[in-house]
Amino acid sequence: MSDLAIAAPRFRAAAAGEALAAWALCLPAVIAYLLMLLLPTLATAALAFTDYELGLDGFRWIGLGNFAEMLDDRGFLQSLRNTLIYVGLVTPGSILGALVLALAIEAGTRGRTLFRAVFFLPVVSLSVAMASAWQYLLHPTIGPLNAALRGLGIAGPAWLSSSDTVLLALAGIGIWENLGFNLVLFLAGLTAIPRELYAAAAVDGVPSAWERFRLVTWPLLGPTTLFVLTITMIRSVRVFDTVAVLTQGGPNKASQVLLYTLYEEGFTYFRIGYSAAITLVFLGIVLALMWLQTRILDKRVHYA
Amino acid sequence: MSGIHLQSVTKSFNGTTVLHGVSLRVAAGEFVALVGPSGCGKTTLMRIVAGIEHADSGTLQIQGREATALRAGERDVAMVFQSYALYPHLTVAENIAVPLAMRRLNAWQRLPLLGGVLPGTRAARQGIAAEVAMAAGALGLGTLLDRRPAQLSGGQRQRVALARAMVRRPAAFLMDEPLSNLDASLRVQTRREIVAIHRRAGAATLYVTHDQSEALTMADRVAVMQAGRILQVAPPREIYADPAELRVATFIGSPRINLLPAEAGTDGAVRVAGLPVGLRCAARGALTLGVRPEALVPAAQGLVARAEAVEFLGESVLLHARHESSGTPLVLRLPPEAAGHLPQPGGELHLAFAPEAALLFGPDGARCRAELAVAREPALV
Amino acid sequence: MPERTSLLRDLPRLLFLAAAGLLMLMPYIWMAAASLKPLDEIFRASLSLWPERFFAVENYGKVFARIPVGLYLWNGVVVCGGILLFQVLFAVPAGYALAKLRFRGRELVFGAVMLGLLVPPHVPALPLYVAFSQVGLLNTYTALIAPFTISVFAIFLFRQFFKSLPDDLIHAARLDGMSEMAIVWRVVLPNAWPAATAFAIFSVVAHWNDLFWPLIIANGDSHATPALGVLFFRSAEAGDDFGALMAAAMIMTAPLVIAFLLAQRRFVEGIASTGLKG
Repeated sequence: MSDLAIAAPRFRAAAAGEALAAWALCLPAVIAYLLMLLLPTLATAALAFTDYELGLDGFRWIGLGNFAEMLDDRGFLQSLRNTLIYVGLVTPGSILGALVLALAIEAGTRGRTLFRAVFFLPVVSLSVAMASAWQYLLHPTIGPLNAALRGLGIAGPAWLSSSDTVLLALAGIGIWENLGFNLVLFLAGLTAIPRELYAAAAVDGVPSAWERFRLVTWPLLGPTTLFVLTITMIRSVRVFDTVAVLTQGGPNKASQVLLYTLYEEGFTYFRIGYSAAITLVFLGIVLALMWLQTRILDKRVHYA
Repeated sequence: MSGIHLQSVTKSFNGTTVLHGVSLRVAAGEFVALVGPSGCGKTTLMRIVAGIEHADSGTLQIQGREATALRAGERDVAMVFQSYALYPHLTVAENIAVPLAMRRLNAWQRLPLLGGVLPGTRAARQGIAAEVAMAAGALGLGTLLDRRPAQLSGGQRQRVALARAMVRRPAAFLMDEPLSNLDASLRVQTRREIVAIHRRAGAATLYVTHDQSEALTMADRVAVMQAGRILQVAPPREIYADPAELRVATFIGSPRINLLPAEAGTDGAVRVAGLPVGLRCAARGALTLGVRPEALVPAAQGLVARAEAVEFLGESVLLHARHESSGTPLVLRLPPEAAGHLPQPGGELHLAFAPEAALLFGPDGARCRAELAVAREPALV
Repeated sequence: MPERTSLLRDLPRLLFLAAAGLLMLMPYIWMAAASLKPLDEIFRASLSLWPERFFAVENYGKVFARIPVGLYLWNGVVVCGGILLFQVLFAVPAGYALAKLRFRGRELVFGAVMLGLLVPPHVPALPLYVAFSQVGLLNTYTALIAPFTISVFAIFLFRQFFKSLPDDLIHAARLDGMSEMAIVWRVVLPNAWPAATAFAIFSVVAHWNDLFWPLIIANGDSHATPALGVLFFRSAEAGDDFGALMAAAMIMTAPLVIAFLLAQRRFVEGIASTGLKG
């Protein structure tokens, strides 16, 4: 500012006052940003290239050593695979379910608020507590689900303690958790579709509800769907609570997921360097999803 | 030096200069209207006075105090915004009280709950309430004090904005098109009320408008602004009858002044289409001659024109015609009785004007002071 | 499209939604039922929801006797309240400066905010944990609250909202003699109430339910949040005592669910409108 201040001192004074006030207002946020977000994130990136372990003195730079280790780490590879499977199950499940329910709710005037509240309830419920409820529900011997299956003459699996079904069970809980959130987003998207378009479709003689959906609803819901798609993927990549509560990655690493591996390596075994490297992989996946969203959003879904 | 005093103020935004060294003085108790087409820089100039924008160079004094570097809140000016800018979350009474509370209570006293128990707060609050009630009463807002802005009509909001401005008795009032959001009948009535408030307060008032009839009816002096420059500052009569240059003459007056190509011969006698008009001026060569619509009248002889259309306005009649030799469009404002005797569209007529009513401008638009020819040549009288 | 149809024609749709809704509520229904049943009834695995013997007093009593429920809830309130307080305190002035003030470095600050939106809270967790453990702040409110005091999302949200407030309102406040700080809290925030409540709901729900960070920081009852409380009760005390476990889950879930049912509309709109960050 000083060079300008010399050139025209009096006129700059007021503008400089505004700049000073602005920085004063930003200062607490800037300090907290540096201390709690920027520096730790950079530190994570740096730690990923060290063999730092909490409790040991000093550390060495080991370059890509941590990433090389990952490629040989069965636990990590398993967690990556499991996370992708989990995302692959939860995303279509919770989106399709939400879309069908949103269309059903939007198709009439009765019960709108009630149903919206019912489906949204899991979003505001304490996930640890609800995981406990699911544990009971899915319990192999005393759980109501298997009891019901027995009533139908089917022997239910040991959902959470069998490596064949554990991911499926967790994904089911994941769908249940995410459905309401997506539903609300779809409802917002549906109400934004102009009513005249349906009237026009009716006048143009579009015969069935399905045709109407294909002609009007689905295309106009495009941006919403894309948004819901990436949001759901990003949310489900972050699966942690249910695994931490219900399975701790077991049985035999069958439900090991990315964030839980990160947690175990860093905060149970205190292998900070290795855990930081996993964090970077996690960040990379999240950023790739966001990048994909903006790319597709720019290119394909453009009705404005 | 009291009032507002701007000197050589310049301002540009992103390389576009909006004010080219503007100087203006508004004396205490004076009402100056700043009028000009949109985008001429009048609002920017007012915002510089208010302290919302800051000039690139030049000086500003308010009540004799150098104000260029003062913050808006320290300048002792009040402003009525075009949008009124009322605080939507406060009641009418609270809105009006804000400027007083900010000045009379310190930061601690303004705190909710705690402020109320500090010494002096009660007395100050009571004083403020009394003045708010007075200001509100003067503007007929007494029954609306507990309403919020959203519950008021446009006219009522405008009054609240006025009350908020006048309650603290500022050294200067700034008004940015305060009437533009009102409907026509309310606008005319509010004009008189604003002038009355100004007279009572006795402060310097700077009033920005694009509506010349507002400027002419309300102001002590009118400043005509165009393209970042003030062209002329003068009392309304003078601005209309004796404009300093062509741009002022064309901007002020509705319908627009008639402009005819004229020529001053080597003897200085001014002629239009070869006919002498009874004026003599110092300049030589091509000129522009302006005649207000009401000064141009049908006559037995004079400029040959062809009638094009007649508009009946009630209190007057407008006759649109075209000067035959130059093709210039002309407008005449005639008394309504004339409506019956006007030529049909396409008909020919002769037009004349009194030489003292004509205004002469040089090729650069500057005014050429003409004198009446000594021997009145009868041609166009 | 949705005109008022007759109830009869609307019935298939309502039945479908009711069935789906019932499915959705299954965990709550069974959780509530089990919390009222004695253990032997639960182990009989009958499909009857209604308990033959009411065991509510015993189950809920066990929860209150074994774990400091009040303390967990209080910790939840302190942590969520503290986080929200600082988030608002830091983000509102910054959002205002970014929306309405001209200053050098504004683009830089806003760019930093946009960049921060890309980073999930798990990323800075490791160095923060190391730092807190070095200065001996593990198992404190400070460590539970501090990492979330900066919400770039809040800054972004408030900036967007403040931008829509008319400039003249700010100018009028300045002419009325307000300082920038006074403008922030007296003019801007009171007119940004919808954004502020939406963000508050979003923030409280997120941090009341968060498990990851409290699990890292709190290692005993003293600073455990409700989420941790359920976990502690589950792993240490209850074992297979599902009746008591479901009672604990009911207790810890109740505060937010009740708040949600009371202000259902605000919750849905608040979380949907601010849920961009996921």
